[in-house]
Amino acid sequence: MAILVVAAHDGKKVRANVANAVAAAGQMGSDVTVLVAGSNCGEAAKSAAAIAGVAKVLQAEDAAYANWLAEDIAPLVVKLARGYSHVVMAADSVGKNVSPRVAALLDVGQVSEAIKVVSPDTFVRPIYAGNAMATVQSADKIKVVTIRPTNFKAAAGGGSAPVEQIGGEGAKGLSSYVGAELSKSERPELTSAKIVVSGGRGLASGENFKILEKLADTLGAGLGASRAAVDAGYVPNDYQVGQTGKVVAPDLYIAIGISGAIQHLAGMKDSKTIVAINKDEEAPIFQVADYGIVGDLFQIVPELTAAVEKK
Amino acid sequence: MKVLVAVKRVIDYNVKIRVKADNTGVETANVKMSMNPFDEIAVEEALRMKEKGLATEVIAFSAGPAQCQETIRTALAMGADRGVLVQTDAELQPLAVAKLLKAVVDKEQPGLVIVGKQAIDDDSNATGQMLAALLGWSQGTFANKLNVADGSVEVKREVDGGLENIKLKMPAVITTDLRLNEPRYASLPNIMKAKKKPIDVLAPDALGVDVTPRLKTLKVEEPPKRKAGIKVKTVAELVDKLRNEAGVI
Repeated sequence: MAILVVAAHDGKKVRANVANAVAAAGQMGSDVTVLVAGSNCGEAAKSAAAIAGVAKVLQAEDAAYANWLAEDIAPLVVKLARGYSHVVMAADSVGKNVSPRVAALLDVGQVSEAIKVVSPDTFVRPIYAGNAMATVQSADKIKVVTIRPTNFKAAAGGGSAPVEQIGGEGAKGLSSYVGAELSKSERPELTSAKIVVSGGRGLASGENFKILEKLADTLGAGLGASRAAVDAGYVPNDYQVGQTGKVVAPDLYIAIGISGAIQHLAGMKDSKTIVAINKDEEAPIFQVADYGIVGDLFQIVPELTAAVEKK
Repeated sequence: MKVLVAVKRVIDYNVKIRVKADNTGVETANVKMSMNPFDEIAVEEALRMKEKGLATEVIAFSAGPAQCQETIRTALAMGADRGVLVQTDAELQPLAVAKLLKAVVDKEQPGLVIVGKQAIDDDSNATGQMLAALLGWSQGTFANKLNVADGSVEVKREVDGGLENIKLKMPAVITTDLRLNEPRYASLPNIMKAKKKPIDVLAPDALGVDVTPRLKTLKVEEPPKRKAGIKVKTVAELVDKLRNEAGVI
């Protein structure tokens, strides 16, 4: 079976989660093609070709694809999809936007956020914020699947697949890109960070997140937050870990001043080791934490930062 | 301009769900049901457009069993003008709902359709994008802010790295993210008034839509449980455990 993986990229490199999508695709079939669509995306296409297990890269150059507008990308994917048994994307904000549009244009259902490939037509996916796991079988001729990257070990590098140039389909004129307000950060990206430090309502202000930043920088960690902290305006929306934010599964997740609502747990409970720091010893976060400390985070966090620095 | 909003009846977000003993699904008998929270945000946004004079009428759509009338009544009590229910006891998946919505859109000709970005039961995050595809319309997903002017709508979207601004030609489909607005509560007089507002009830067949599910659910199981660990007394003890027991720092 031939699988088409649609890769998001920044023009120079495909996103890190494309290697996870390729790994998932490899469990659905053996012939994996990666589509890299964009404007001047030659470098990104080369980075896709280097992922182990990729048989071929299709590079679609078209100014219309520069900003990943779903209205323009979906028709290209649909045109290519007819030659494949599966279309796979990582379930990030690009995949979630584009993939269902592709599925509907193909008149097929979508398997959203698969966490496991049982067989080429059967997948496990979380429902109810991860409080239940559904095993679903697709009856459609072409399976359109988004995968949760943290549940598939990224394919290695070292590949050297050929890159084939294909044409674009042009712009549909339905939508246009105006601009972005992206958070600037030197810290590792949340979904691929080995360690994540997250803060919740217990921080009490955006200013207080500085003590978390110190800890995160000492550990080389990504910085996240609960929905409560984002809603309160302490940090920007892209910090949010949870059912409707980002799903992370680092080696170490440190939840600070986070009570542990089920919506938050859905976004981090696959982490290898979880640490909870909270003044309320009854907080639900302690039910999933490997190590908990009950106490005042404003004392504990600086002390922890100092202890880690000291080695 | 008419605005169509879609509202789904789901298990209330405060309810701790239980997987059925025979692994066929999740227990819904005697469980509190409510409007999907993202759909409440969709209703609120449509109402604000009407209050600003941008929309003339707000129509609330739902699909599912007869009880979905209650969900539509909730939207009417918030201030929507009338309802459309596609009534069926069949299992409805996102593609089927998108097709039903398309049939109603073809009839009603709204300038905007606003739906929640995902339902908190199946977590598919697909219906809005699928509807936009079927209609050949533009889509503004995960909306954080909307600005309607001169036949187009500017959408600020919540994306992985922060926020992104796009401009859509109307008509368009919008899917709401959490921070688009804070939905209002229905007042008692408005709940009373809502009882008199009309709801059209249609059957999928009458709309010419085949709602056969494309995904077959083989089983539904409890997720693997994570065991609670230990509480440590001091930071020194924690650092020691992380270094020497877990080996993660």
